[in-house]
Amino acid sequence: MPYTPYFVLSAILFAIGLTGLFIRRNLLLMLLAIELLLNSANLSFIAASARWGELTGQVFAFFGMTIAAAEVTVGLALAILLFRNVDSVDTKHIEMLKG
Amino acid sequence: MQAFIFYPFATLAVLGALGVISLRKPTRALLSLILTMFSLAVLFLLLQAPFVAMVHLVVYAGAVLVLFLFVIMLLGIGARETRVGENFKKGYLAVSFFVPVAFSALLISLALTSGGGTLQPAEGSPDAFGRLLFTRYLLPFELVSFLLLIGVFATVALASAKPPEKS
Repeated sequence: MPYTPYFVLSAILFAIGLTGLFIRRNLLLMLLAIELLLNSANLSFIAASARWGELTGQVFAFFGMTIAAAEVTVGLALAILLFRNVDSVDTKHIEMLKG
Repeated sequence: MQAFIFYPFATLAVLGALGVISLRKPTRALLSLILTMFSLAVLFLLLQAPFVAMVHLVVYAGAVLVLFLFVIMLLGIGARETRVGENFKKGYLAVSFFVPVAFSALLISLALTSGGGTLQPAEGSPDAFGRLLFTRYLLPFELVSFLLLIGVFATVALASAKPPEKS
């Protein structure tokens, strides 16, 4: 089986995740969309690794997962802090960051 | 044979992804993300990456998404999505369409034209993966573990910050 469908699936998942990132107004759900983006990138890495017979792609997919885990811990801590301060995780309440 | 496994799970992954961005209740969006993760793990197995598939299941479905679930339950009603699509412009759709299509067109054209052999099942074993990770990629591995340490520091610093006086 050729590897083209894997890259196409990865592109579809990335497009869906990016759209989700744009239309969501809830910090938690935006983080979920970012997880989707990272996963589609991992799928590309692993499909390329299988296509070229090179394990490097799998190693970098592994690093990508680690980065996603670090991003999620900090992002969720920020979401909880925002909720503690303004009683909502809606991004319209982050406008106080404007200079 | 591979196509019989690929297409059902690819469809499941896309359906789960659509659920992630369209469902109003955060818990349901999270569960459909878990569906996507499981289907992606199956695809990783198809691509001779058994170790990454298992780590994907344990780390994502097991740890990250459960962490998300805890936070959603902690926030309760406050986590509910109220308005989907406000401030949304058509131009955003063009961006979210163009970026992945351009990138994967590049990858596909590379995959169709360049040489190089494909990965044999024995080469993708956890044994070979571990050897590569701890020899050629030892420095990135240590840097990534340092990144996780910084993540822990950041979380502790954020969690112990005092809330400001509400006025």
